[in-house]
Formats: sequence, structure tokens, C-alpha cells
Amino acid sequence: MAQILPTGQTAPEFELRVTPDQTLSLKEMRGRRVVLTFYPADWSPVCGDQMALYNQILPEFRSRGAELLGISVDGVWCHAAFAQHRNLHFALLSDFEPKGAVARAYGAYRDGEGVAERALFVLDEKGTIAWSYCSPIAVNPGADGILDALDRMIAKEPGNGDAQSAAHAV
Amino acid sequence: MAMLKAPLTPFDHRMGDDDAPVVLVEYGDYQCPFCAAAQPVVRELMRNFGRDLALTFRHFPLSEVHPQAEVAAEAAEFAGAHGAFWGMHEALFANQFRLSLPVIFALAGSLNLSQAALRDALTARTYADKVRTDFIGGVRSGVNGTPCFFINGLRHDGAHTFSALAMAISAARPVTAPEQLNHDRARP
Repeated sequence: MAQILPTGQTAPEFELRVTPDQTLSLKEMRGRRVVLTFYPADWSPVCGDQMALYNQILPEFRSRGAELLGISVDGVWCHAAFAQHRNLHFALLSDFEPKGAVARAYGAYRDGEGVAERALFVLDEKGTIAWSYCSPIAVNPGADGILDALDRMIAKEPGNGDAQSAAHAV
Repeated sequence: MAMLKAPLTPFDHRMGDDDAPVVLVEYGDYQCPFCAAAQPVVRELMRNFGRDLALTFRHFPLSEVHPQAEVAAEAAEFAGAHGAFWGMHEALFANQFRLSLPVIFALAGSLNLSQAALRDALTARTYADKVRTDFIGGVRSGVNGTPCFFINGLRHDGAHTFSALAMAISAARPVTAPEQLNHDRARP
């Protein structure tokens, strides 16, 4: 398994195609929390599918101030068909040319297979990695780790932090 | 190892002995083919382990890919509120291949449930919160697809076959059955 970028590192910048005629850069997300989810390929079986699960949990991410972005080496047309078929309501980024360059920058590229790892990164408002996790490629990591990481960020917000320590003091 | 973070509550649908030493929690979706395929396995496990195993079913509808899953889950909850959860549960899975709103209403009718009351409950989304609570509890517990089983709180990451699940349940079962313990204690 690759050595993915750990907590505390600055998330590498990128600008990737999100549709045939639009790009999205990480800079544009500054000021918001970002859940970056690298995955090997579109079109894995429906019921165990990680993207279908995250799509369903989208309101939970957004209520915690986080945007979800999916990244794989699939091309934009493939992503478009996949997103339409699975009714996805979040952006899928195409790490297609040069192939896997962004996945490599995050330490989440599998050289032998030429696909991204199943790796999760939660970024804070400044683009620092607050949590990262690399799952065995065949295992859908679920969303509990992501939600736990986002909840820890919320607990550290100035107002909430005080409330928490006050609660602990009692 | 993922652990069940949403504890069992009186609001859960439970089948089997109250004092069963092993509780199997299933997170499922009425439109998921893998869940339907697991139902005969679950029934066989319940038969095989008898009083040693209780079953709890919680909803995990992936409604963005399974358009009837949410309404089916709410209909099962409606049936549950009228004492017919497991009847509706089995009927929904048995009719998965043709699941639709008219079929769900027909199933309610066949279970002697009021179709008018079901329509009102679905329109008012009376049971949506219960279904959402099940779903979120599953997400927080690491449910990563359906069906997802927890055996005495520990996620079962093995196959959904009878042998794999039976082995895990046997391993979770205390070596001495509770009856045996009581019997031993009663001895002078």
C-alpha cells in the first residue's frame, strides 16, 4: 500500500477537469472543508459502491461545512456517464492527463495497476490535511472515519472548544 | 474492526429470544439484491441457533440508486407500528423483483393493514425519521454496503454465507449456555 500524505501536511494544489469543459482547482475550495476521496475506478458493483454510499451521506458532510470531491484516473466522459447512472450529486475529478499526477502527489497512486488507491483526505479551511486514511483496495472504507474527523474539527472551533472543556470540567 | 456504535434500543425490531446470548444486527435495503439473497441464510441461522440467536433489522436504504428503498423501509416501519414488521419485511424481500408503490400497497392489504393509513403515513413521512436514525447509526458504525451484519456488536467482514456467519456466531456464543449456568448454580 502506498504511503499517503499524513495529517498536518499541506494538501498539494491541483486543477482537474470536472466536466468536458470545466475545471476545478483546490484553491477554489479555500475557506471550506473538503473531503477528497481517491478511488480506483468508476463502475464498481452498485451495492458495495463507495461513491453511492457517500452520495447518500452528502447532507451529513454538507451540514458539517464540507464539500465532497471524488477523484479517479477515469476520463471526463466516463465520469459523466457514471455520475448520471448513479445519480451522484457531487463532483468527480478526472486525474487523467498526465495520468494519476494528483494521486501521486498525495501518495495515493498504485504504479502496478495504474489507478488511484482507495484513499481519503479531510482538509481544513486552509487546505491542511486534518485526517487521512488509505483503505485496502478491495474494502470500501465507509464514512465513519470521515464524519469522526469532521466532528473533531467542529469540536475544536473556538466556541465549541470552550463549551467542551467547560463540560469536561464539570 | 468496526464496532456497532448505535446501541440496541426498544425501538429496534427484534426477533428471537430476549435473553439470546448472541444478537445479529443486519443493516439492509429492500431493493438491494445482495440483501434479498441473504434472507434465506438469515432464516436458516435463526432456525439453526434457536434460542441462542436474536435478530435485529435496521434500515440502510441507498435511495439514490434504489428508488423504492426508502418508501419500502417506511412501509415496513408502518407495518411495525401495527405489529406486522416481520411479515412486511419478508414480503418486501420476496417481492423485490417487482417492487413498486402499488405492490407495496398490495402487500399491506395482504397483511390486513389499512392501505389508507399507509398512504397517510407515507405522505406525512411519519417514519422517515426512524429510517434516517437507522441509516445514520449504520454510517457511524462503519456500514459500508448492504447487507452489513454485526455479531454482538462486531462487524462481520467475512462472506454472507451460512457457513461463514454460523462460524462467527458460534465463536461469539458463550461456551456455557445460560440454562446450564443456572442449573449449575442451583446445585448444592
